[in-house]
Amino acid sequence: MAQMNMVQALNSGMDVMLGRDPSVILMGEDIGYFGGVFRTTDGLQRKYGEHRVLDTPIAEGAIIGAAIGMGVNGLRPVAEIQFADYIYPGFDQIVSELARLRYRTAGEFFAPVTIRTPCGGGIRGGQTHSQSPEGIFTHVSGIKVIMPSNPYDAKGLLITAIEDDDPVVFFEPKRLYNGPFDGDPTKAAVPWSTHPKGEVPEGHYGVPFGKADVVRSGSDLTIVTYGTMVFVATLAAANAGVDAEIIDLRSLVPLDVDTICTSVKKTGRCVVAHEATRFSGFGAEILSVIQEECFWELEAPIQRVAGWDTPYPHAFEWQYFPGPARVQAAIRAAMEPA
Amino acid sequence: MRNLSRLHVPRTPARPGEAPDFSYVDLSPAGAVSRPEVTAKVRDIGPLALELVRVLDDAHDAVGPWNPHLDASDLQVGLRHMLLTRIYDERMQRTQRAGKISFYMRSLGEEAVSVAQCMALRPADMLFPGYRNQGLHIARGIPLVDLMCQLLSNTRDMCKGRQLPVMYHSRAGNIFSISGNLATQLPQAVGWAMAAAIKGEDHIASTWIGEGGSAEADFHHALLFASVYQAPVIINVVNNQWAISTFQGYAGGEQRSFAARGPGYGIAGIRVDGNDFLAVHAVTQWAAERARKGAGPTVIELVTYRAGPHSTSDDPTRYRAKDEPEHWPLGDPIDRLKRHLIKLGAWSEERHQALSAELDAAVVMSWKEAVTFGTLNEGPRLDPDLMFEDVFKEIPQNLLKQRALMRTEKG
Repeated sequence: MAQMNMVQALNSGMDVMLGRDPSVILMGEDIGYFGGVFRTTDGLQRKYGEHRVLDTPIAEGAIIGAAIGMGVNGLRPVAEIQFADYIYPGFDQIVSELARLRYRTAGEFFAPVTIRTPCGGGIRGGQTHSQSPEGIFTHVSGIKVIMPSNPYDAKGLLITAIEDDDPVVFFEPKRLYNGPFDGDPTKAAVPWSTHPKGEVPEGHYGVPFGKADVVRSGSDLTIVTYGTMVFVATLAAANAGVDAEIIDLRSLVPLDVDTICTSVKKTGRCVVAHEATRFSGFGAEILSVIQEECFWELEAPIQRVAGWDTPYPHAFEWQYFPGPARVQAAIRAAMEPA
Repeated sequence: MRNLSRLHVPRTPARPGEAPDFSYVDLSPAGAVSRPEVTAKVRDIGPLALELVRVLDDAHDAVGPWNPHLDASDLQVGLRHMLLTRIYDERMQRTQRAGKISFYMRSLGEEAVSVAQCMALRPADMLFPGYRNQGLHIARGIPLVDLMCQLLSNTRDMCKGRQLPVMYHSRAGNIFSISGNLATQLPQAVGWAMAAAIKGEDHIASTWIGEGGSAEADFHHALLFASVYQAPVIINVVNNQWAISTFQGYAGGEQRSFAARGPGYGIAGIRVDGNDFLAVHAVTQWAAERARKGAGPTVIELVTYRAGPHSTSDDPTRYRAKDEPEHWPLGDPIDRLKRHLIKLGAWSEERHQALSAELDAAVVMSWKEAVTFGTLNEGPRLDPDLMFEDVFKEIPQNLLKQRALMRTEKG
């Protein structure tokens, strides 16, 4: 075991896979010599060479298109899109090609591509460095969508993604790179070394897809969340003085319906929280699943917490961000007596 | 009213009711274009992207430095593949008209592109076709029954009923799947070629797009990556003059050739008579050797003409001069190769007619076999359960639930 922040854990995951499997290659903007703008691939080109850790031109459509061709030719490319906000030039290649290649060829061709991309706000990134577009990808048939919330899961899920024969879009909440962030920007930064999930094995291990993590057991209500909001929800529940069961989904596609529904049936109350915008957000899908599966066990309407339905504004970041106050208000509403 | 805007709108040479006009097509005499070494520097071979490589002259002789000196037997094989492609196309077009398949796209007049290029490549080279490259499948010996079963979406359909007709693939034949979204295969072909180079193999990739599709960003992405990583790939622009109703000027062909996109990216560009089997074979061989030697990618513009409609859903008399096909200055690829072989003393009208009859009979026989596996309207049918497979490697829980739900809808 070693102490790692999320950047180091992701780096270790790629290091392990580059070492184990000669078909694994990394590609992306600034990832090679420089080691990535967030340092996630630091040192890997030096260790594995320019042919396996490729610096690329600034052309996301080409990065993903080429990664697909490499995947068809037996490689396991891990493509970094520098910010999730930059992923759209590659959108057609992801949605029409990567997601559907296995389907349209009846399994004869496939491309085991992992697309890593930092997402989320809270870093003064403005509207082009703060988005959480996971719901756009969960809507597409044929790709798995992952978002870890801590170093241990980040490494294990990334290794699972690289080893998976299906394409994976892997979102990294960048506000969590250096420490668990609970949504209060006035507090001093907390490093991962203070958190048990900052303990990361140095070798190979996987965290399975489709398995949510119950990060806190409780009996009053269930909070279903993922990414940065795991820590925001934990603080909000403590502030509200409720015994919340907090579920970190980790994997949005495939979705662990059993863990969500078992918990909601137990508590009878539920808040769904994500940083992404609300309208047609992934939270709506979770609400719908709970309504279908747990309707008769519910004691109050399900509450939803999300970013406002606006672009992410630079100057009003903390009024936009669904912080502890917004989650607390939702918890209070969910705790109203029936 | 007088148009006061300074905006230039490409002027289509001839619309219905106007006289066909191909004066915009720059031609070079057969044999006139020099053939550089395959390792030549891009900056030293710029004119190749503007001239027109031609081997067959008006007297049907093979002339000049690009003559590939193929054996007559190879030329006969090429003629056979092209003729089979055309007869297959004609039969399938009629089948669509008879309501047996939903959709079809012929390659009438463009057969030399797929057949000659495929014959200039090796079987292990990976092909990333567009939708009018059925000649690649035929030249690689894919059984017609397999292609027909795809058109029929029947129980032997390689795509299990998931793809529009003509979107074939062949894993065993090293022919990639056709998307239906234009130009997406180009950066994929470059990636495939990059992987071949990373792995130290000497296989190359070759990919095709129409001049219309070359307007997509994916085309430019492909050229950029091919150039940056000197990927062993051939990027073919099949300039058949028409993208449904818009002539090639709307794809940017008015000011500069499509082959010249290559040198702009630091890639060799060659413009070739796409209806000249020998010239197409020769430039493809040149580009393949260049790629295999690690000397870099090539953009080939194949100047040809879409003699038929875009697809069975299209009527070109609504947007182009009716007699335009007869005025195309580069003739017909099958006719030209036939006349060359006759001139060589290796072919005759009688043999040609006999071959046509033989191939037509083979197509009819294949169709009879294909329909035994089902058609759109009758015979054995694919199990709708197949809809839920291959979305992922393993069927996830939610799809198993939906499959069960669909089964209850059957009654």
